[in-house]
Amino acid sequence: MKKTAIITSASLLSLAWGGLALADNDYITLASTTSTENSGLFDAIIPTFTDKTDIDVRVVAVGTGQAFETARRGDADSLLVHDTAGEEQFVAEGYATERLDVMYNDFVIVGPSDDPADIQSSETVSEAMQQIAESESAFASRGDDSGTNRAELRLWEDAGVNPQGEWYRELGSGMGPTLNTAAGMNAYTLTDRATWVSFENPQDLTLLFEGDEALFNQYGSLLISEERHPHLKHDLAAQWHEWLVSEEGQAAIADYEVDGQQLFFPNAE
Amino acid sequence: MPASDNPFLTALQLILHMDSDLFAIVSLSLQVSLVAVALAALVGLPLGAALALWRFPGRNGVIIVLNALMGLPPVVAGLCVYLLLSRAGPLGEWGLLFSPTAMVVAQWVLVLPIIASLTRQQVEALHGEYAEQLQSLGLSTARMMPTLLWDARVGLVTVMLAGFGRASAEVGAVMIVGGNIEGVTRVMTTSIVLETSKGNLPLALGLGIILLALVTLINALAHLMGETAKRRLG
Repeated sequence: MKKTAIITSASLLSLAWGGLALADNDYITLASTTSTENSGLFDAIIPTFTDKTDIDVRVVAVGTGQAFETARRGDADSLLVHDTAGEEQFVAEGYATERLDVMYNDFVIVGPSDDPADIQSSETVSEAMQQIAESESAFASRGDDSGTNRAELRLWEDAGVNPQGEWYRELGSGMGPTLNTAAGMNAYTLTDRATWVSFENPQDLTLLFEGDEALFNQYGSLLISEERHPHLKHDLAAQWHEWLVSEEGQAAIADYEVDGQQLFFPNAE
Repeated sequence: MPASDNPFLTALQLILHMDSDLFAIVSLSLQVSLVAVALAALVGLPLGAALALWRFPGRNGVIIVLNALMGLPPVVAGLCVYLLLSRAGPLGEWGLLFSPTAMVVAQWVLVLPIIASLTRQQVEALHGEYAEQLQSLGLSTARMMPTLLWDARVGLVTVMLAGFGRASAEVGAVMIVGGNIEGVTRVMTTSIVLETSKGNLPLALGLGIILLALVTLINALAHLMGETAKRRLG
């Protein structure tokens, strides 16, 4: 009986272990942001790329800050994020050899439908931010050093506001969790349009401010330095990088729609 | 995946329509956690039994540390394994980060203290009962170990279940070392986090119900096995 038990568990174990071995297709690991993953863009465009090249793209979706860190440590073959200043610094530090514009979407401000800070009447995003601060209406900030968080902090700076006080709540969460929390607190928050449109738990939140050029949200693809991290799959990553900015890749991005609304606008040069 | 506003209905729909994506997620969850528990038992059972039977200086310290590690936050375990397996880390050469193997390692770290600690308790209690008998048979301490482990097996199944519960329920560690990659390292708990972040709460809760049902099923099987074993022993 003892033997049977040992043999049974050993064979169960090897069975389970065998199941863990994966089909060994060529693949690259792409560090990217939660906004692109949550909006469903990757599910729409990666199959097109894989059909053409037989390369799988494994997406690790994290905040932009963490995505940079992942790539810096050599744990990702490719990087697609939205923090142009941070991306240029990444290239300047020698971690990437090339950065290309891929696409953009825009940020919007969502908030409680009765709009206590009256930002719907604002002309510019700076004015909207000032009104939220002056009326001390609850504002949920990502507070996680993501691309959206960095953009939000720049917007406060441009508006000449130092966001502090009980109304300003740093959540330290991804975009989706921040929207969930903002909906729970009925607070204003800055979100990228793609995540907002595909978000399914808005409760009383509605889109209140959009359209200012300062809300432009540029995504860039980075080619990681072969010198820094020679072990990475640079050839495969370069194919992905080039495909994103190719006519075909750009068309795939433009074709992606949710509820009839285009979410990302290709703008590679 | 089908969606409805009622999480129970969603769960039912998910089970009835069991698509290949969901199947892959469920089976990966089970595989990772079962392998992690099995490997943790391989080390934890003898370790716990040894701690119960041998007296050596610093023994109390080891016991206290193991007990404390039962409360190790999964995200800390995940971070440590991440730093270990990252390309910039000491085991980076192996290229294991963002793979199911990395998830097994992280869960192994979480489960090992539970199995070792609780095994020590069970074996120590049993040893208290039978020490004289075993000694009169002339068994050395080393020979006692397998005997006591075997006699404690019904209790040890519960110990393994506690470990499995910890492994299958945690999300912090597998999120960091696995990366929640669709079709590669996405498991039940990371799917629930992802669906919650999309605001798709009924689907998230539906997945939670399925996870709970699976864990219940495994517990029921273990319970039945235990009952049968008890009856056989009389």
